[in-house]
Amino acid sequence: MENNLNFHFAVDGNDFTSAGLASVQLKKALRQLGLDPETIRRASIAMYEGEINMVIHAGGGEADVEVSEDCIKITLADHGPGIKDIAQAMQEGFSTATDHVRSLGFGAGMGLPNMKNYSDKMEIESTPGEGTTITLYINI
Amino acid sequence: MKISQVMELLDASVICGEDSLGKHVYSACGSDMMSDVLAYVKDQSVLLTGLVNSQVIRTAEMMDMVCIVFVRSKTPTPEMIELAKESGIVLLASDKRMYEACGKLYASGLCGNGVKNGK
Repeated sequence: MENNLNFHFAVDGNDFTSAGLASVQLKKALRQLGLDPETIRRASIAMYEGEINMVIHAGGGEADVEVSEDCIKITLADHGPGIKDIAQAMQEGFSTATDHVRSLGFGAGMGLPNMKNYSDKMEIESTPGEGTTITLYINI
Repeated sequence: MKISQVMELLDASVICGEDSLGKHVYSACGSDMMSDVLAYVKDQSVLLTGLVNSQVIRTAEMMDMVCIVFVRSKTPTPEMIELAKESGIVLLASDKRMYEACGKLYASGLCGNGVKNGK
């Protein structure tokens, strides 16, 4: 559709302090579009978890968001180590995060489950050694 | 419950957001793990935490939380305070431990009920 809005964000993998900046910017943009607060919250949280994952596991990546009339599509792509066993990674509480990451408040094994639960549809493509692309669809 | 009552119950001091102490809060969540916080959506909520980094503020912002209480005498950094001001989030500091702080709020009627994942 020609009226779709697209946003692109580069996620810096070397700076934990600024992680989440893209999600903050997305949230502001979605607010300006006047979307329902609950939809904005779901999209922002799902994106934030994805952004944090890219920073702590994959050295950063790219986030692309497309807002159409009835859907927010978020594509998160990285060139990190990939996910060996996606089914295992989807289990609540399963985490490969380091103790350092846990000390920062993440790595509770809730990132991917939260992304799935806050979106209406989630697709994961991952190749160990090459990277991961996660696509989230949030219905408007 | 108003944020000013949360402050009183926890003998807390205000770090920023003095103008918003009259806002109402209806639920609360206590955790140092931000992904656990992100699993439950609550409206007009307070976050109690002993974690000090900028992701605490971002988590609260994503969740539309209105107030963060730092327990165990933890002090947020100037950068965190700036982020909270930008987002209109009230920051409080208390020397109470997490268990006691949560217990005091719960006993005074601030429940922890959230709606899982908000759908």
